[in-house]
Amino acid sequence: MIRLESVQLGYSGRLVLRDLDLEIAPGEVLGLVGPNGSGKTTLLRAISGRLAPEAGAIYLDCRRLNELSPRELARELAALEQEISCSFDFTVREIVELGRLPHRERWQRLSQKDSDVITRALKLTKTLEFSERKIHSLSSGERQRVWIALALAQEPKVLLLDEPTAHLDLNYQLEIMELIRSLAQRDLTVLVSLHDLNLALRYADKVAVLHEGRIVALGRPQEVLTEDLIEKVFKARVKIFRDGERGFYVGVVPKPKPAEYAAQGVDRWS
Amino acid sequence: MHHPKSWLGVLGALVPIVLGLSVMFGAVSLSLSEIVAVLSGRATDQTAVTILIQIRLPRVLLAALVGGALGLCGAVMQGLFRNPLADPYLLGIASGATAGAAVVIALHLDIYWGAVPLGAFVGGVLAVAIVYRIAQTRWAQLDNYALILSGVALAALFSAITSFLLFYSGASHDARRLIFWILGGLGGAQWVYVFGLLSVLIIAGMVLMLFARDLNALALGEEMAAHLGIEPRHLRRILLIAVTALTAVAVAVSGTIGFVGLIVPHILRLIVGPDHRMLLPASALGGAILLTLCDTLARTVLAPAELPIGIITALLGAPFFLFLLRRRAQLGALL
Repeated sequence: MIRLESVQLGYSGRLVLRDLDLEIAPGEVLGLVGPNGSGKTTLLRAISGRLAPEAGAIYLDCRRLNELSPRELARELAALEQEISCSFDFTVREIVELGRLPHRERWQRLSQKDSDVITRALKLTKTLEFSERKIHSLSSGERQRVWIALALAQEPKVLLLDEPTAHLDLNYQLEIMELIRSLAQRDLTVLVSLHDLNLALRYADKVAVLHEGRIVALGRPQEVLTEDLIEKVFKARVKIFRDGERGFYVGVVPKPKPAEYAAQGVDRWS
Repeated sequence: MHHPKSWLGVLGALVPIVLGLSVMFGAVSLSLSEIVAVLSGRATDQTAVTILIQIRLPRVLLAALVGGALGLCGAVMQGLFRNPLADPYLLGIASGATAGAAVVIALHLDIYWGAVPLGAFVGGVLAVAIVYRIAQTRWAQLDNYALILSGVALAALFSAITSFLLFYSGASHDARRLIFWILGGLGGAQWVYVFGLLSVLIIAGMVLMLFARDLNALALGEEMAAHLGIEPRHLRRILLIAVTALTAVAVAVSGTIGFVGLIVPHILRLIVGPDHRMLLPASALGGAILLTLCDTLARTVLAPAELPIGIITALLGAPFFLFLLRRRAQLGALL
């Protein structure tokens, strides 16, 4: 579905990510993990067509990304930024309707098919019940589902999500991840960056670990996310537990002493 | 009355009513039967014909067109810059036009017909063109902050030119003329202005309406709009060209009338909602209604003397706007 061949990514000559080779199969959920600043967002921007590679090629369904017009791309691939804000108080339905823009000509009215797709997107994300409410009146968990409904209204084959669970309460985090899983079962290919390794362990088919400008590990989460790798990449001691059928989870081992902060030579704050 | 479309119908029906009332009132009042008589060519009173055809009608129509242009452009600028404080003059068009008019007046070129509007139009377009160029080259990408900041800086520069010309010319006649122009007004209305502005309004209005749905997507930010298949830079260039042309013509024929382009889109967003496909035509109609009413007051309150219309738009607009904001704040909703 998506293929990267020796891709180099950077901003005005300064390389952020190098030698990226990656393939994502249809219906697969690929989790992107790595510490802050490791380039997760940069990689997502490149695959969404918003950042041209300095070298190498990105393919979507055997077509090079730069051969597609923005509209064509928007019909194949939907991408959500980490922080989306809406400057005016649209209703949920009005926002989800924007997902049909790449499918409609400028002078066309909303067709029956457009309405059906919108309703389906609202249903799948369980936002139908508050589709007439204003976006600013929703909680962040509800709002996140609206953004996903907007992306689904594009009828994409690929969905890119940048930390969709950031700033959400625990129950909302699980709800969003369950939604992503159910979408993958409907043959949507999902590339999602996650800062929570437990969510990656539990919900991703594959994970790619970004560290120091490269993909340092790629594969099934239980095999890739080892205690050693996490210590190397995240600079934190962890222990991985196995909980019967439900799978693995990561626990952070407390450091013996907060030595780095203690030894700054400053005795009192004020 | 919850459906935005029915509000458009209400506004559309209000426009001819307000225009009709505005035509009736003035230094000399005309009755409805006199107006009908003149328009159907059966009038016997030649003064009524002159007042209506030569003075009243072009003025009322120009007020409506200028108001419509400013309301429409204000709604587009607020959507484009994702900022409720944006107005048609954001990128320095008003100070550029004022400086252009000041140059014409200081050089005593205003004895030629159409020189002041032409100078104002050129000055306004030039200001926006410079702002656009600066924002493009100075910051690798043409982002909104760069545009707004260069707009502010250039407005200061053009105001300095205007002040210098005012100060230097010394002739109180010139200064008075320029101040009158800055305050704005529709006293100079002529049929040629009406038809000129009408044609620009139709063309620019059609372009802006075609891109109304893109403005909706832009409310989610430029990155999200791009993910929906819109090219934000391309969109911004088209919208700025249309808005600049329309605003520059409106300013050229009426001076810099403030507040209409700021408050009209706000008020109508509260009424018809933020969807630009409704908001743009509603703002055009609302601007037409508001400015026609304000101009009617400007002509009648101190008749036969006239008040500068900018004073009325601000006097009426500011308290009403604050009232709406306050009511909105009590409801706990954002704009």
